[in-house]
Amino acid sequence: MMKTAVTPREITTAPRKSDVLFRGVLTSMSMSSLLILTLIGGFLSYRGFQTFKDQGLHFITQWDWSAAQDASQKDSFGLGAMIIGTLVIAIVALILGVPISVLSALYLTFYAPERAKKFLNALVDLMASFPSILYGLWGFIVLMPMAEKWASFINQYFGWIPVFKVPSPAFTRSPFIAGLVLAIMIVPIVTSVSREIFGQTPLDRIQAAYALGATRWAMIRAVVLPFGSSGVVGGAMLGLGRALGETVAVYSVLNIVFKPNWQVLYGFGGNVASMIVQKWGEASLSESKALLAAGFVLFVLTLVVNLAANAIVRKTVKTGR
Amino acid sequence: MANVKPSKPWKKRTFRLIPRTPQAAKDQLAGLIIFAGFILVLLPIFSILATTFVKGFKGLRPHIFVQTMAATSYSDPLSKGGLLHAIVGTLYLILIATVISLPLSILTALYLTEIKGRAAGFIQFLVQAMSGVPSVVAGVFIYAALLLTTHLRGSTFIGALPLAILMIPTVTRTAQEVLNLVPNELREAGLALGATQWRTVLTIVVPAAKSGLITAVILGIARIAGETAPLLFTLGTTDKVNWNPFTGGQNALPYYVWSGLRDGTEGGIQRAWSAILVLLILVLALFTTARIFGERKAK
Repeated sequence: MMKTAVTPREITTAPRKSDVLFRGVLTSMSMSSLLILTLIGGFLSYRGFQTFKDQGLHFITQWDWSAAQDASQKDSFGLGAMIIGTLVIAIVALILGVPISVLSALYLTFYAPERAKKFLNALVDLMASFPSILYGLWGFIVLMPMAEKWASFINQYFGWIPVFKVPSPAFTRSPFIAGLVLAIMIVPIVTSVSREIFGQTPLDRIQAAYALGATRWAMIRAVVLPFGSSGVVGGAMLGLGRALGETVAVYSVLNIVFKPNWQVLYGFGGNVASMIVQKWGEASLSESKALLAAGFVLFVLTLVVNLAANAIVRKTVKTGR
Repeated sequence: MANVKPSKPWKKRTFRLIPRTPQAAKDQLAGLIIFAGFILVLLPIFSILATTFVKGFKGLRPHIFVQTMAATSYSDPLSKGGLLHAIVGTLYLILIATVISLPLSILTALYLTEIKGRAAGFIQFLVQAMSGVPSVVAGVFIYAALLLTTHLRGSTFIGALPLAILMIPTVTRTAQEVLNLVPNELREAGLALGATQWRTVLTIVVPAAKSGLITAVILGIARIAGETAPLLFTLGTTDKVNWNPFTGGQNALPYYVWSGLRDGTEGGIQRAWSAILVLLILVLALFTTARIFGERKAK
């Protein structure tokens, strides 16, 4: 017998060296998002640390914002009124924006003529790509004069409801107007998320409803809305995340005052993001640090809202399939 | 999309002024309310487009594309001064932000679709978290990290950094969607021919998704072209054309609009409208290009 010197080729599933390198590069690059988020949280909390230490819990609960003029005074930075104002404006935006978005998502999915659908969808998506400074300029020049009249009208007929009361007839630059601008800004997001969810309604259920003799509205109420409701909630929360962080559009139409204001029609309010921009120009070093701390609070707030929203949307999309 | 193709009962319905049954009445009322809701969405879109074109057109003369505000103040007549410096700044910002964010986002998207490693779920979570970062936070972050205690001053490059942060999640998510559309057979064919994974990805998957990836980048650019808030902290400012991206302040179209709006005078507002019209045309052009590329991908 002759001995052959052939050894069988070793078969392995291990990736080659070039592939190992490739995977390594991709994995490390994808970690950039982790790096950036950590750096944002890290730097803002590090720079704002002095403020957190000096002000303690007051930073969140108080609403007096005054930088020390000389060494004898103490800085007092309270973000309370701004946080309340941000939430008030965001709630106004959601109350005004979400129902309209849901209606238009229903229209785009079930009512719009087939030929116009693509164009109308593009139009709503286009709205999302308008720069926020455009909303600010338009809101300031075009919307505000109109919205003042609406505000005074609401106050006249619904003034007996506490939130619509005003101490004096000053309707300019109110949280209501800022909320109105934000409502318009969140419409495209909420609409496109709702549209996506509504579009995933199982066809057999829709047809079953029709087969049972339902009208289109009865079908929507019995099938589409129950199916898509949690998706709409998720979309609304994505809108909330955007509303909380919006800066220049709100700044253009809001009179920022460091005092909590629940009366949405009355002419002053608060907003964390806009306040940072407003105070930035003439801020001293310690005040700058307080503003960075405010930025950190805003970062955490929007992060929580957005992650919750994404979790809800993803869950709905998954169970829908 | 649930295109209810078979049997459309409503198509056969003839309009009746007085509906036959209460159900039909409810249906008509609901349809009316839904339509009204959609009209309420269209109104601001048209109002914004119409106002911008009408007001912006007044100041849109050829000379604003070749002049700057170096020797002009907002109160001067509109025949003087222009926004060349702002246009140059915006183009610079877009270019630098794209160069920084493009490799990061495309490679992240490739990791999420091609490797699907152990960390994929976590990375997905982070990208979603990043897409929620408000633009003002990105701005103050770069300020806190680079400008607060150093000798660096605002410049085009530093102004582009927060924009890159805002661009990454948009590009990543769109690119990921596009890469997921590439049929798995193509990948398997590449591997079956003996190609390594990286060759398969670079020579088969990425070219197959090319137009979609371009769409992703364009959408990312459209997302950042109009950002104002981060620039307030990082851009410095100038009234002249600044060709050097690393030193000296810079201007940008949204920043120019912001200054005009803050100026508050009639001249300032008018100049703001003209600048926002130029910016809007840029965004519209990007948006339409992205749509056209997206269409091609779908075919």
